[in-house]
Amino acid sequence: MTPKFEYAPAPESRSVVDIASSYGLFIGGDFVDPTDGKSFKTVNPATEEKLADVSEASAADVDKAVRAARRAYDRTWSRMSGAERGKYLYRIARLLQERAREFAVLETLDNGKPIKESRDVDVPTAAAHFFYHAGWADKLEYAGLGPAPKSLGVVGQVIPWNFPLLMLAWKIAPALATGNTVVLKPAETTPLTALLFAEVCRQADLPPGVVNIVTGAGPTGQAIVDHPGVDKIAFTGSTDVGKAIARAVAGTRKRVTLELGGKAANIVFDDAAIDQAVEGIVNGIFFNQGHVCCAGSRLLVQESIADDVVHRLQRRLRTLRVGDPMDKNTDVGAINSAAQLARITELTDAGVAEGAQRWSPDVELPKRGYWFAPTVFTGVSQTHRIAREEIFGPVLSVLTFRTPDEAVAKANNTPYGLSAGIWSEKGSRILAIADKLRAGVVWANTFNRFDPTSPFGGYKESGYGREGGRQGLAAYLDTEGTH
Amino acid sequence: MPRLEVRKTYKLYIGGKFPRSESGRSYEVSSAGRSPKFLANAAQGSRKDIRDAVVAARGAVKGWSGATAYNRGQVLYRVGEVLEGRRDQFIAEVAASEGLTKPQATKLVDAAIDRWVWYAGWPDKLAQVLGNLNPVAGPYFDISAPEPTGVVGVLAPQDSSLLGLVSVIAPAIVSGNTVVVVASEDRPLPAISLGEVLATSDVPAGVVNIVTGRTAELAPWLASHADVNALDLTGATELPWAELEASAAETLKRVVRPAGDGSGAEEPDWLVTPDLSRMHAFLETKTVWHPKGM
Repeated sequence: MTPKFEYAPAPESRSVVDIASSYGLFIGGDFVDPTDGKSFKTVNPATEEKLADVSEASAADVDKAVRAARRAYDRTWSRMSGAERGKYLYRIARLLQERAREFAVLETLDNGKPIKESRDVDVPTAAAHFFYHAGWADKLEYAGLGPAPKSLGVVGQVIPWNFPLLMLAWKIAPALATGNTVVLKPAETTPLTALLFAEVCRQADLPPGVVNIVTGAGPTGQAIVDHPGVDKIAFTGSTDVGKAIARAVAGTRKRVTLELGGKAANIVFDDAAIDQAVEGIVNGIFFNQGHVCCAGSRLLVQESIADDVVHRLQRRLRTLRVGDPMDKNTDVGAINSAAQLARITELTDAGVAEGAQRWSPDVELPKRGYWFAPTVFTGVSQTHRIAREEIFGPVLSVLTFRTPDEAVAKANNTPYGLSAGIWSEKGSRILAIADKLRAGVVWANTFNRFDPTSPFGGYKESGYGREGGRQGLAAYLDTEGTH
Repeated sequence: MPRLEVRKTYKLYIGGKFPRSESGRSYEVSSAGRSPKFLANAAQGSRKDIRDAVVAARGAVKGWSGATAYNRGQVLYRVGEVLEGRRDQFIAEVAASEGLTKPQATKLVDAAIDRWVWYAGWPDKLAQVLGNLNPVAGPYFDISAPEPTGVVGVLAPQDSSLLGLVSVIAPAIVSGNTVVVVASEDRPLPAISLGEVLATSDVPAGVVNIVTGRTAELAPWLASHADVNALDLTGATELPWAELEASAAETLKRVVRPAGDGSGAEEPDWLVTPDLSRMHAFLETKTVWHPKGM
C-alpha cells in the first residue's frame, strides 16, 4: 500500500477578505435593502460558521432590478460601441486578476472547495472568460452568426453553487460582450463572490444597471424567469428546475439556454495508459467534491482490465487528502450544504440496498461541517439508481463492458448528455467513439478541461445552448434576418 | 531661469535592446509643417542592422508562436495599457512628427491605442474564425487551422507615424509571427518610442524589431533576405515596389502590396476600421488528417 506522506498544515490566510456582516442587493449600481427586509444566512460548509446575512430578493426587488437593467440597456449599453463595451470587460478581467487571492479565499470559505482549486481553476478561468469575451465585443460580425447580430435586451441569469464565480463569468461575460444587460441570481448557499463581483463592477466604473445581482432562493429565481421584462433566461442547475423553466417560458417570446445535469461516462479501454487514466478518473469525479455537472460519475472500464484499474484507483484514493478546504494541501473539501449531503447519503444508501459494493479509503472526516468520504461502488448495474441519477458528490459507480459497441451503448444509456471521457492510446478509436457519443463535450485522455474558447453544453436532458467559444455568443444574439 | 529639458537619444530596437546603428551613422529628423524644427538625430540603420534584426526575429519565433493564444492576447493587451499610460508623450511626438495640432494628434493616438486593443483580442479567436473541421468523404477527422508564417519584414507607412505603424505591426504579431520593421524615414521617432513600450510590456525580445534609416537603402536587403518569410510593402510609397516584390519572389515570400491602383502606391486611410486581411496575409493554413475507426 502506498503510504500517505504526512504534510504539515499549510493554511491559506483568510485575512485578505473582509466579509461584511450583511449584504444588500446590487441594483442600479448601488447596494440597496430588500423591500420586505428579509434575509438569510450563508455559512462556511466546512465549519458551519455563519459568514454573513444576505438579502432575500422578492418579486418586487426583481422587478426593480429588471427595470434598472432595462434603463441601462436603453440609455447606455445598447448605444455604446462594441469597442467601448470591450474595454469595460477588459477592466473587469484585470480587476479579477488583481483581486484573485481575495476571490479565491472567499470562494473557498463560502463554497467549501479546496483553496488550490479556487485559486488555480475557478478564479483564473473566470478572469480568462472575461478577457476572451472582451475581445469579441467589437468583433461580433466575425463570429459566423450573420453580418449584423443584435443584442437581445435584458437577460435573467440563475447560477448554481458548485462554481459560483466561474458560472457568473460564464453568464455575464458573453451577455455583456454581446450588448445585453443582466439580472443575475447566485445560488443561495454561495452568494458572496457574486456580491464581491458587484464591487468589481463599481471599480470598473461599469454604468449602473448593466449588472444587477439579486440574492435569494428558488422563488427569487422564479421571479426572474416569470418577469415579462426579461428577454432571455440563462440557467445552470438541475434538470428538474431546467424543465420547470422551459415550461414556464413556453408560449412566450423569451429565449432560453439551459446547462443542466449529467451522468457522464468515463470509458477506459484496455489499451489505455492505465496510471494516466486513473489520474483522469480521480480528477473526473473527485474534482470539486464531485459537485460538477460534467463529472465522470460512471466509470465504464473494459472487463479485461477492470480488476487492475479498480485496484490502482483504490491505491490512489488512499493518498487523497480530505479536510480543511483552506489548507493548500487539501484535495477534497467540504460538501456544499446539509441538503446536498443528505442527497448524497440517500443515493449511496440506495446503492448499497440495491446490491452494489461500497468502498471508501480510510479517512478521518472533520467533526463539524458537511463531509463525505470519497466513495467507489463496484458491481454496479445499469438499473441501479447510482448508475442513473446524478449524485453530485464524490461517488463513483464502476461498470464494465466487453466491446466498443457495448461501451457506447452503455455510455449513451442515460437521459443526460453533457460530457464523456475516453481513455485509449489509439487515436482512431477515440475519434470513432467520440462520434458515437451523444454528449456535448468529449474529453480524450483528459477530463474536466475548461477554456473560454471551447464551447460547453449538453445534448438531450442536459440542456441546450452552449457557453464559451464562437458558438456561445449565439446564446445572447439575435441573428434572425441577418443570414 | 527655466529648466533645461533632458533630451532622448533615439536608437534602434533590436532583440529587445536599443543599440545604435552598427554603421555609426545618424540622420537629422525634423518636425513636419511650415517651419521645420530639429527634433533628434535618428540612427541610420544599415544592411548589417537589418540582418541582425532578422536573426533576432527568427530567434523569437519559436517562443512567441509557441505561447498560448491566450498568453499572446494578455501580452498584447498589456501593450495597450502601457500605450495609454504614455498617451501624452505620443500626442506630442505625433504632433511634431506629422505637423499636426494637439487635437488632431490626440485623435490619431487614441485611434492607435484602440487599434492595438482591437488586435489584442484576436489571438484566441483567429483559429475559430479562419479554421474549421472539413467534412471529407471518408472516415477521417480533418481539421484546418491557421499558423503564423514566421518572420515578416515590414516597411512601415511613411506618413502615419503611430496609427499607421501600429496598424501594420499588430496584425503581423497577433498570430505568432515576429517582425522586422523599417520605420517611416522622415517620421521615425514615435516608432522608437513604441519600441520602448514593447520593451516594457512583457513582449519577448525579438518579436518586434525596429530599424530607422533610409527606406530605399534598407528595403532591398529586407526584400531579398532568405530568412524572411513575408514582406509588407505598405511603406514603399516612394519606391519601385515592383522590384522589391520581384526580389521577394526569389524565396516566395508572402507579399502585401502597397495600397493604390496599378503601379502607383499610396498610403491608406488608417482611420478606417480594419478587417482580417492584414492578419490573413501572414498565416499559413495547416490541415491535419486522422483516421477514425474502432
